[in-house]
Amino acid sequence: MPYVPHTPEDTRAMLGAIGAGSVEELFAEIPLALRPKSFDLPGGLSEMATRQRIEDLAARNSNGMVSFLGAGFYDHYVPSAVDALISRGEFYTAYTPYQPEASQGTLQAIFEYQTAVARLMGMECANASVYDGGTALYEAMMMAVRQTKRVKVIVSETVSPIYRILLDTYTRNLKLTLVTVPHAKGGTDFAAMQAALDDATACVVVQNPNFFGCVEDASALFAAAKAKGALAIVSAYPVLQSVLKTPAAMGADIAVAEGQSLGLPLFFGGPYLGVMTSTKPLVRQMPGRIVGRTQDGQGRTGYVLTLQAREQHIRRQKATSNICSNQALCALRSLIHLSLLGEEGLARTARVSMENARYAAKKLTAIKGVELLSDKPFGNEFAITLPRSAQDVCLTLIEKGFVPGFPLGRYYQGMDNALLVCCTEKNSRRDIDILAAWMEDAI
Amino acid sequence: MSTLFKKSSPGREGVWPEAPSQELGELLPEGLLREKPAGMPSLSELDVVRHFSLLSRKNFGVDSNFYPLGSCTMKYNPKFCEDIAGLPGFARLHPLLPQLPRGDELTQGALEVMYETERWLCEITGMAEYTLHPMAGAHGELTGVLTIAAYHADKGNKKTKIICPDSAHGTNPASAAIAGYEVVSIASKDGIVDPDALAEVLDDEVAAMMMTCPNTLGLFEKNLPRIVEMLRSVDALLYYDGANLNAIMGKMRVGDAGFDVVHVNLHKTFGTPHGGGGPGSGPVGVCEKLVPYLPISRVVKDPSGRFHLRYDYPKSIGYVAPFYGNFGVVLKAYAYMLRLGREGLIKVSENAVLAANYLRKLLDDVLEVPYDRVCMHEFVASADKQSQKGVRALDIAKALLDKGYHAPTIYFPLIVKECLMFEPTETESKETLDQFVTDLREILALAESDPAAVQAAPVTTPVGRLDETRAARNMEITDDM
Repeated sequence: MPYVPHTPEDTRAMLGAIGAGSVEELFAEIPLALRPKSFDLPGGLSEMATRQRIEDLAARNSNGMVSFLGAGFYDHYVPSAVDALISRGEFYTAYTPYQPEASQGTLQAIFEYQTAVARLMGMECANASVYDGGTALYEAMMMAVRQTKRVKVIVSETVSPIYRILLDTYTRNLKLTLVTVPHAKGGTDFAAMQAALDDATACVVVQNPNFFGCVEDASALFAAAKAKGALAIVSAYPVLQSVLKTPAAMGADIAVAEGQSLGLPLFFGGPYLGVMTSTKPLVRQMPGRIVGRTQDGQGRTGYVLTLQAREQHIRRQKATSNICSNQALCALRSLIHLSLLGEEGLARTARVSMENARYAAKKLTAIKGVELLSDKPFGNEFAITLPRSAQDVCLTLIEKGFVPGFPLGRYYQGMDNALLVCCTEKNSRRDIDILAAWMEDAI
Repeated sequence: MSTLFKKSSPGREGVWPEAPSQELGELLPEGLLREKPAGMPSLSELDVVRHFSLLSRKNFGVDSNFYPLGSCTMKYNPKFCEDIAGLPGFARLHPLLPQLPRGDELTQGALEVMYETERWLCEITGMAEYTLHPMAGAHGELTGVLTIAAYHADKGNKKTKIICPDSAHGTNPASAAIAGYEVVSIASKDGIVDPDALAEVLDDEVAAMMMTCPNTLGLFEKNLPRIVEMLRSVDALLYYDGANLNAIMGKMRVGDAGFDVVHVNLHKTFGTPHGGGGPGSGPVGVCEKLVPYLPISRVVKDPSGRFHLRYDYPKSIGYVAPFYGNFGVVLKAYAYMLRLGREGLIKVSENAVLAANYLRKLLDDVLEVPYDRVCMHEFVASADKQSQKGVRALDIAKALLDKGYHAPTIYFPLIVKECLMFEPTETESKETLDQFVTDLREILALAESDPAAVQAAPVTTPVGRLDETRAARNMEITDDM
C-alpha cells in the first residue's frame, strides 16, 4: 500500500493499544444506513503506470505551437534556478506559518515578496497574496467598499472581461452597483468614468496596460475620484510595471496584479498569484496574510504573521475576507524570479517584449486591410482589426501551428473582426515574419 | 539573516535576458514611464541560490519534520506527482486556448484530466457533479454558498441566514457573510451539533447549515440523519466542509448521507503540497438539483469520447475563477488518485483513523482528552491541568519545536480550554508516533518539575518566541519602512 507504512504487525499492535479488535470497529459510529451506496473506483496503478498515463494525457495537448496569445496571461522565460529552489521540500511541504519559530524561511520570503511587489507598484503595503489577479481585483473593490461605506463601483470596460464577469458573480447577492463604462476605440473613456463619479462612488477601477494593450495614465481620473471621496484601483501587469509609470505615481490607493508573469508557468489557468498592494491607511482593510518584522526576547530579528485580528480565524463572520491560504509557494516563485532577473533583467524583459510587439504590429499592419484598433501607445500587446472574422483567421492559422492571438469578439460585442496580439521576449523575429506571412494568406 | 535587498549590489545580475535595441523613450512617451527604478535586488545567481537555500533550512516541512497539525492533514506528498506536474504538455498550456476556434482539440489531455478528476470526486463523495474552479478550501465555501443562493433565488425562496456550529472553521461564517448572508451560530453539545439548538434557530429564512463531519473535535456527527430531516423541512440545504474528508473515504459518502453541497481540499485529502500556505484547491460538488447553478465553464464528454468546455448554462452563478481553478494542483491530485485507486483510498482513511486513535490512547493519561472516545482522524486534548501550573498549550507547542516536531493546532476549536489538536495522518510510521509520544511525555514531565524550562522554549530554532505585539504596533511589513 503506497505511502502507508503500517505493517500488519504494526496494525495489530496499534489496535491492541487502542483496545479495538479491528480497524472496522473504529468506524462503528457511522451507522450502516450512512455507509456508501457505492465506491466504484478503479484499482490503483504502479507509479510507473500512473506516470505513463499522465504522459499520454500530456501528449494529447497541443504542444510546440507558436503562440501570440496573451490577454492577461503571459509566457515569459523562467530561469532554471526558480524550479530548482522551489523544489526544496522545506518550502513546498511546509504549512501556513502559524509557528513562526519553525517557519522563518517562509515568513522572511513572504516579507521580501511584500517588499518586492510594493516597490514594483510604488505602494507602501502588500499582503502575502490572494489566489489570482481576478480575485485580487475583487478583494480590492471590497476594500474600497468597506473603507468608504459606499455602494457604487465604476469599472472601465477596458478591464479584463474575464475579471469583470468574476466581479459580477461575487457581488450578485450584495447591495452593490457595478457601473461599466464602455471603452472608446480600445482606450479607457476617462471622461465618461469621471462623469459617472458621484458621492455614492466607492471606487474607480482601471487596468494598465488595459485589456487591449494600451498604456494609459489615469492620474486625472484618480484625482477626480479622490475629490469625490472615492478610492482609485489599478490592475497592472507586473513585468511592464518595471518600466511604466507606477500606480502610486498616478495616485492609486490600491494596486493589484496577476503575478503569473513573474516566473509562474501558464499551467492551463493556475495556480496563479494575486498581487495586492495599497497605501498605508488601507492596510487594515487588506484581506489575507501579512508578514511583519519584529524581534525575539534576545533582540534577534524575526518575522511573524501580523494584524491577524482582521482575519477569519479570529473574527469569523466579521473578518475582512474568508481567505485562509496565502499562496506562499507562488509568491516565492515570483520572488526568486524577480531576484534572478534583478532590476535590469526585468526592465530588459519588458523592453524586448515591447520591441517585439512593435515589430509584429509593423509587419501585421503592412498587410492590406489590417489596422491597429487604437492609436494609443501600447506595451507588449496590441489589438488589430482584420477585414474578416478574427475567429476564422485564427482557425486557419491554428491549423498551421500558429496561435495568432485572442479574438476579441469572444467578449466584446461588435468586435468580431478584432484580434489581440501579444509578444514576449520569447517570440522571435522569424516567428513574427512567418505569422505575418500566414496571416496575409489567410486574409 | 539579512534580506535580499540588503545583499543587493548594483550592477550584479543573476540572469541576463537579451539586450533591447531601442531606448525606452523610443518605445513609449516619457509621461507614461516610471520616474525611478523599482528597486529590485541585484544579485548573482549563486547569491540567489544560496539565499533561498539558507532560508529553506529555517523551515519545518513534512519532508523533514513530523507535522501533527489538526484539521490541516499534513500528510506526505508523493514526489512523482511534483515531477509529472512539470510536464511541458501541461505546464506551458495557455488557459485561453479552449476559447479559440477548435480550442477543445488543442487541450484534450487537460480536459480529460479535469473530467476524470470530477468523476472520481463524484464517486468518492456521492455527489452528482463537481466544479474544479475554486482555488482553495475557503474559495470552495464561497462558491458553494453562492450556488446555494442561486438555487434559492431561482425558486423564489426568501432566505437570509446561514447556520454555523460553534466548532466550525472560521472560514465558514466568513464565507457565508461575504456572500451576503446573516450568520447564526449554534452551540455544540457533547462536542457535536445539538438538534435542539438547531431547532431553536431554524426557520424559513435559513438558506443552509455548514457542517464538518467528522467535526473539528474529530467526532462523528451522530445526529446527522435528524439534522438532514430538520433542514429539509424548511427547504434549507446542508453544506459539507471537506477539511476532514481524509477520515471517511470508503466509509461514508457525504452525498448519500444527505449533504447537498461539498467542498474538498485537494491539498489535504489528496496529498498535494501546502506550499507554506498555498496554493490549494477546493473543488465543489453538488447534488442533482443544484447542478444548473454551478460556475462556468463546465467540462463535458461527448458520445465519441471527446471532451469540451461548455459555457451555456443560463442559471450558472458565472465565473468564480478566471479559468478552471488551480489546474496544476488538480493534476497532482488526479495522479494521486490513480496511484492509490479504490483500495488505496480506503486504506488512507482507515490508517489515518487508526493512527489518531493510537496517539490518543498513548496520551490520554498525561493530557486530558475531553471527549475520550473513539475519534476519527484527529482528536483534541486539553492542557488545562498543566496550565494551572503555568504551562500553557502554547508552551507545550513551542517545546515540541525544540524536539523537531511541528506543533499541533492550538487554541482551536474555541470550545475546548487550552486545547491541542493532533492529526498524525496515515503516512507516519508507528515508530515515529511512539517517539513523538516519548518526547511529548518528557515535555509534560518537565512541565511538572521545571515549568520555567518549558516556558523558555523554543531554544533550538533560528529565533525564539517573537514579539507579536511589537510587530502589529510598529508594522514593519516591507524592507523600506
